[in-house]
Amino acid sequence: MPHTITEKILALHAGKKEVYPGEFLWAKVDLALGNDITSPLAIEEFQKSGAKKVFDANKIALVCDHFIPAKDARSAKNAKILRDFAAKHRIKNFYDTGLMGVEHALLPELGLVVSGNLVIGADSHTCTYGALAVFSTGVGSTDLAMAMVTGRVWLRVPKTIKFIYRGKLSKWVGGKDLILHTIADIGVEGAHYKAMEFCGPVIKKLPMDDRFSMCNMAIEAGGKSGIIEPDEITFRYLKEHQNTRTPEKTGAQVRNLTSDKDAKYSQIKEYDVSKWDVAVACPHLPSNVKPIHELKNIKLDQVVIGSCTNGRISDLRIAAGILKGKKVNRTTRTIIIPATQRIYLEAAKQGLLEIFVKSGAVVSTPTCGPCLGGHCGVLTEGEVSLATTNRNFLGRMGDPKSFVYLSNPSVAAASAIKGRIAHPEEVI
Amino acid sequence: MNNLILKGKVFKFGNDVNTDEIIAARYLNLTDSKELGAHCMETLEPEFSKKVSPGDIIVAGRNFGCGSSREHAPVAIKGVGVSCVIAQSFARIFYRNALNIGLPILEVEETNSIKNNDELEINLVKGQVKNITQNKIYQSEAFPEFMQGLIKKSGLSNWVKDLPRKGGKK
Repeated sequence: MPHTITEKILALHAGKKEVYPGEFLWAKVDLALGNDITSPLAIEEFQKSGAKKVFDANKIALVCDHFIPAKDARSAKNAKILRDFAAKHRIKNFYDTGLMGVEHALLPELGLVVSGNLVIGADSHTCTYGALAVFSTGVGSTDLAMAMVTGRVWLRVPKTIKFIYRGKLSKWVGGKDLILHTIADIGVEGAHYKAMEFCGPVIKKLPMDDRFSMCNMAIEAGGKSGIIEPDEITFRYLKEHQNTRTPEKTGAQVRNLTSDKDAKYSQIKEYDVSKWDVAVACPHLPSNVKPIHELKNIKLDQVVIGSCTNGRISDLRIAAGILKGKKVNRTTRTIIIPATQRIYLEAAKQGLLEIFVKSGAVVSTPTCGPCLGGHCGVLTEGEVSLATTNRNFLGRMGDPKSFVYLSNPSVAAASAIKGRIAHPEEVI
Repeated sequence: MNNLILKGKVFKFGNDVNTDEIIAARYLNLTDSKELGAHCMETLEPEFSKKVSPGDIIVAGRNFGCGSSREHAPVAIKGVGVSCVIAQSFARIFYRNALNIGLPILEVEETNSIKNNDELEINLVKGQVKNITQNKIYQSEAFPEFMQGLIKKSGLSNWVKDLPRKGGKK
């Protein structure tokens, strides 16, 4: 029978010849991920289970990224729970301040997730690794706990929706815009429980950082996973990001799996992207995308450029290209967060940090902080922020009476200069 | 499995209730279910935790629990004393988290007709919801066999405990 790439990866990890949508699996994981807010619950559950050791100390990644550097004493305590657990169980991939980055930028960069892997993470944006042809999905803390005990996770094989993108991308339009337009089209429940497979000539040419942004937001359409078939761009990325921390031990075997030509899809959506402009999602749902020219009166108290969606080096380069030699508006606090230490260093080498600081923006240490209203840019009542993050739910960035707009980094940088939502063409 | 017959008063919510609304991120440095419960739903209904009596029921529209993977969301709902969540549909991570920690949930198509403060009686075995106030009965879709297994064990940890020792497959 013909199968999708998702079905093939799942079959491989369930020890079956083939699997079908709807089927339940108790599948092997190549990597189980947790962070400083989801792992304490998982570790508690792990301890309650009576387990003495983890299934494989090389196949667990614990990343302190959400409220770290610790924003308060309780967050410090949670990070300590991870630190102690990692030391006790000799978890190789434990990332604390100094090594850590925003988890979904960090793991691919370290070569810990590779094509054909099955990865689970107690974080909803774990779907990001689909950009590297990984089946990866967000789960809860108890799932993580039991994966740490058994090396397995229960999964129901999802149906797949195929999204085909054709045409020519306009100058400022990238992966973030593709996914926001897609979510606007199908809605926040449009890919409910399903795998979203992104393909077509536009995707074939799409750089890896843009692919990460797209797969990252599959969850915002209710998707179980987002995935892109591996190609030259994928393999080049994997070659440039080989795992040097725990070589050979992670079992990170690169596979070249693709969907069969006549694989079964629950739905096929085709888009001509040539007519798409940059996308801005308005409060309080990522699907609430409006044409940017209708939003030019929206004044901004804050702009955030960063996160697991758009905190990578190419995002920072785009922002710097716009901010170079200009000043951000005095009424708009602009916070820029390189997603990892490596990205931070690269941004320093390329002179981007200087551009940001001279423009009047601040550059923060890697953290998820403001995206979820944790720290480092929380909003008060009535305030409005534009962010390159992934969610604009009610109260997401702080006060329940604050407002969040979502966009790509070029719109964010242009808007920081104007002090209101602005198209990059307005400042270039 | 704990209590099979649940009875309580309805707290009604709309579509796309997300996990930030169920428990805001500023409380994610907490892990205790009672402490989390004290802030449950406070973005949408500031007095929620004070108004809820043990056994009460959350009823919502489509896509309940969308957004982040935080298990703190079902933990907070359980912690505040809510006995069951009924919705037209659930976002998938919330759905699996609820099953994994033993929070009863039911998918019922007719939640639009259920009103705030209605008195419900739920039979979890039959998947039946009796609206005592309106004298109506709603039937939820049966859980697939695999999930019934999780429910019977009150969650994933017990399910794993009872797995056959060798082989790991089930």
